[in-house]
Amino acid sequence: MATATKRSKPEKALVIFLLIAGGVLVSIPFLWMISSSFKPENEVLAIPPTIIPDNPTIENYIKLFTSMNFAVYLRNTIIIVLFSFLGLLFNAMAGYGFAKYHFKGREKIFYLVLATMMIPGQVTMIPVYLILNAMGLTNTMAGIILPGLAVAFSIFLFRQFMATIPDDLLEAARLDGAGEFYIFFRLITPIAKPIFAVQGILTFIAGWNSFLWPLIIANDESLYTLSVGLSLLQGQYANNFALQMAGAAFMVIPIIIIFSFFQKYIVEGFTMSGIK
Amino acid sequence: MKQLLNNRHPYMFIAPAVILLTLFSLIPILVALVISFTDMNLKGLADWSAVSFIGLENYKDLFSDATFIKSIFNTFFYVIIGVPLVIICSLSIALLLNYGTSWIFNTFRAVYYMPSITNIIAVAVIWGYLYNTEYGLFNYLLSLISVDNIPWLQEPTIAKISLIILAVWKGIGINMIIFLAALQGIPKSYYEAAEMDGASRLQVLFHITLPLLRYATFFVTVTTLIGWMQFFEEPFVMTDGGPLDGTISIALFIYQEGFQYSEFGYAAAGSFILFAMIIIVTVFQFKVQKKDTEL
Repeated sequence: MATATKRSKPEKALVIFLLIAGGVLVSIPFLWMISSSFKPENEVLAIPPTIIPDNPTIENYIKLFTSMNFAVYLRNTIIIVLFSFLGLLFNAMAGYGFAKYHFKGREKIFYLVLATMMIPGQVTMIPVYLILNAMGLTNTMAGIILPGLAVAFSIFLFRQFMATIPDDLLEAARLDGAGEFYIFFRLITPIAKPIFAVQGILTFIAGWNSFLWPLIIANDESLYTLSVGLSLLQGQYANNFALQMAGAAFMVIPIIIIFSFFQKYIVEGFTMSGIK
Repeated sequence: MKQLLNNRHPYMFIAPAVILLTLFSLIPILVALVISFTDMNLKGLADWSAVSFIGLENYKDLFSDATFIKSIFNTFFYVIIGVPLVIICSLSIALLLNYGTSWIFNTFRAVYYMPSITNIIAVAVIWGYLYNTEYGLFNYLLSLISVDNIPWLQEPTIAKISLIILAVWKGIGINMIIFLAALQGIPKSYYEAAEMDGASRLQVLFHITLPLLRYATFFVTVTTLIGWMQFFEEPFVMTDGGPLDGTISIALFIYQEGFQYSEFGYAAAGSFILFAMIIIVTVFQFKVQKKDTEL
């Protein structure tokens, strides 16, 4: 930090105090969720509410799997996440293609890709539904997965990163007789690890949280994702807040754990992408 | 030989993503534009011959639709209050977080980022409970300082503000990270020079830090404004537009017309009006930005 040497103690104490106060305020919903999810059904409605459960129980979590089909929702969500990583690979390949090759129409195609970023989701939502309907893909897993695979913003970030890789490296590999795909998978992907880390975690979060599209496309409960299942739970058990909180915690906690492991990459990723 | 490879490979690399984008982003825009001039609905989906061109009818109807007008009003309400709040909050937090590098700062960076990666349904479930008039934590805390129960989601204006609070809470994370990345990019020599000249901390903030954050601020303002003009998830999951259409936004209106009433043509027309508004606002911002830098 710039002026670290000249800082007074009280000033630092004030900054930390403000950070903690704001942090607690921001965390209240999470803390309340976790605390309530361990309360029995009658305690969760008690006034005044207990901050730490008097009779902690994990019954709510068990009930997610016995009364609701959370195992099925979890499986579907994991399938979506896995396929979204395939999409990530497509985006990386496209980013590399735009950055490292000269070919006819490169600029024009890239501008089209960028243009898709500016279109509000509401414009394409209905036509995409009509297109999937015409392809017979409504109410199928493919219909849920396909529209989200290619992400323009992700292609853009990959291109920005790949452009910084020196051409000499590729030429040297080509002289050694390496094929283009070998170069990409064996040479480029290790170099591009940081951007893969950022994009990987963002892809995971987006896949895990995907809600609106599964809701529109899936009619059968067997295709529901965790978030669609959770909103079903909210409707069915409107007054059982303890169960609702357990469902929410089941969705939120894995994300928080994964995020806390990888969070440093996210800040670095934004610094890297040159948004300053 | 190499020339041939170079001709074929680039297309192989970009093909999967570009084909998917074409199918699910570019073609849909054209489809949307076409159907916005038709009376496409559920009947038309089964039988294309039942669809007919009605010119600008949808667009005319929209501007005499009281719900649509209300949704425009509500969206501006969200944008005018929400956008400045998000920017001020995320900038202040980024400045605080940039103060040090110890584990405390790293931990709190994660804490402030958490809401933005939280699933929207989980958010709705948690906040629905917090906002609950009888059993909610907020009203209980207020009752401790003898404030009457607040109908957080039952009164149109209060409900709008409740949704804004929630959206600001959720929106801080990503913008804070962008500001933080920009702050870390400011060369230390600037601060050192200012210190040698004896500038006070407030002077440094207003004459060095904030001006150097100009591009980050512009980026955040543009993206946040675009995001808030499409305000959708919060009213969708919390209130479904109610009470009395008090929280309905333009995006939610489009969704309801499209997927609840299956008026695809009408909804598509609505989406183009929203698109036009976003473009106008964004172009206006770029114009103002340009003027700023010229001065």
